[in-house]
Amino acid sequence: MSQTILLADIDEPGLATLEVYERRGGYQSMRKALAMEPAAVIAELDASGLRGRGGAGFPAGRKAAFLPKGDLDKYLVCNADESEPGTFKDRELMQKNPHMLIEGIVIAAHAAGASRAFIYVRGEYEAQARILDSALAEALDAGYIGERILGGEFSCSVVLHRGAGAYICGEETGLLDSLEGKRGNPRLKPPFPAVQGLYQGPTLINNVETLSTMPYIIRIGGAEYAKLGVANGAGTKVVSVSGHVQRPGNYEVELGTPSREIIFGLAGGPPEGRRVKLWFPGGSSSPVLTEADLDIPYDFDSLAKAGTMLGSGAIIVVDDSTPVLDVALKLAKFYRHESCGKCTPCREGTSWTVRMLERIASGEATPMDLDIMASVQEHIIGNCLCVLGDAMAMPIGSMIVKFREELESHMEYQQLAGAA
Amino acid sequence: MNRVARFAHGSRVPGWDQAADLDKDPSGVPDPALVEVPPQLRAEIEAAMARYPERRSAALPALAAAQRVHGWCSPEAIEQVACVMRLTPAYLSSVATFYDMFELEPVGRHSVYVCTNISCSLRGADGLYAQIAEAAAGDPEINLRSFECLGACDIAPMVSVDHVYYGPLGPGDAQRLVEDLQAGRDPIPELALALRRSADPNANGA
Repeated sequence: MSQTILLADIDEPGLATLEVYERRGGYQSMRKALAMEPAAVIAELDASGLRGRGGAGFPAGRKAAFLPKGDLDKYLVCNADESEPGTFKDRELMQKNPHMLIEGIVIAAHAAGASRAFIYVRGEYEAQARILDSALAEALDAGYIGERILGGEFSCSVVLHRGAGAYICGEETGLLDSLEGKRGNPRLKPPFPAVQGLYQGPTLINNVETLSTMPYIIRIGGAEYAKLGVANGAGTKVVSVSGHVQRPGNYEVELGTPSREIIFGLAGGPPEGRRVKLWFPGGSSSPVLTEADLDIPYDFDSLAKAGTMLGSGAIIVVDDSTPVLDVALKLAKFYRHESCGKCTPCREGTSWTVRMLERIASGEATPMDLDIMASVQEHIIGNCLCVLGDAMAMPIGSMIVKFREELESHMEYQQLAGAA
Repeated sequence: MNRVARFAHGSRVPGWDQAADLDKDPSGVPDPALVEVPPQLRAEIEAAMARYPERRSAALPALAAAQRVHGWCSPEAIEQVACVMRLTPAYLSSVATFYDMFELEPVGRHSVYVCTNISCSLRGADGLYAQIAEAAAGDPEINLRSFECLGACDIAPMVSVDHVYYGPLGPGDAQRLVEDLQAGRDPIPELALALRRSADPNANGA
């Protein structure tokens, strides 16, 4: 199961430099892809079964094929605004192997016919932005990006754009507005970015990990890549494991690896004497699972069947020393802070949820509040332009269902304590 | 510009109770003849504008550059950006108030962001924040803020000091961090994220 593609020799000194990357066969996939017709590159991506690694899990080949053909100003945007709590895989990939990302960007831009690419890095990642900047300068000098790449017909400029601290800019249309120099408010869809995105032009948006995987797919061929992982979830995934585990970190696993093996085998499980109480399988936006769910295979479909999602591939483990109320409150406050305020259900719903949770914490709540809170979550889901509100409503809703008893006993205890 | 109040945990307190001054004229695009812009800042903003098909895209890099020069997004800083970019100060204020990394009031020279989101708080980030707050109490040069997930849960609990990541911080590291900063040294250098190997079995202790 220890097939490593993205994290292969990730700690090799100097991997971030062009010299070492080229010595390891870097930019050969780009040469190969540029010699192919764009349609053939898309066919390889399709055959690979690669699904987007940013959160939604949309098939990468199909997404690239959505862009209209013809002589238009088309754009590629790399979403490097990694802000989902618990996720730190893109940071590692950009910091340690920036050229793999740049190579993937040129391959994807060629496939989609985009002549301008942007990397939107979250503002907090200053070190990673610097590393990418110098990698871009090296690639430009070597003729791997810019005008007439490798002396051929294809040109693609790559610009690094730094955000300034806003979770919502990881949402693709919020990101586009932010990249246009505006407040990062999400847009109404449709039109989808593939039709009308950046500067109203057709735009392909991919996550760092998705793009970083493309050089490998082109090298070994889509059909060969599809042999890794499981049906409808091909390949490997970098999983960020954090929270109450002994060895937090990024681990690359084949999709379909049992979750227990990731949490216990690789990350060491919770500290001595503690048990897993709940865990988020795909960042803080995914509905929570419990100890009973540890044997679920870690892939898109298995997690969806369990009522949750793979999301960004970030496992957060919470052990039995932490009250579920603390987790819910932390979460709700985060989404309240990050809600852009454009849609009422999200703006008000996140704030109501925080206040109701605070009432539970202070002992002023009644069991009816849990029902009201659950109904607030239901009214957020599907009623906003983007899924930020849903991203709070789904985990909070799942906590109310799965930990209702604990929340109720907390309320009773607080009330008794208040009366005494 | 009105001061934007913040909760202790970093969220904005909406300024709904501050009335707008209706007697004042709306400010237009500043007159280049009247606004003095430091040449280096002007060059930086113009270079940023040249990188994009539409110059407005440079709003974020331009505001960041102005903040580096002025220390915060002061009215002067916003006016200078507006002047070079040919936008209104009101537009740029609306952008600056949206993003967490733009400072809307004067702050200390050193930014210290403590991640207090879920993964870090499970490993004691709230206590760490309190320790740093205590150690740095009364030091106007330290701009301590609790921040949402900074994307470094592998080194939790962690801090970003002047945008460099450090972690995991143990007992005593909060005190040392503040002392290092006050003495002008590199803070807690051995805890820098840059030194960490990808999957370190000994990270964070066992």
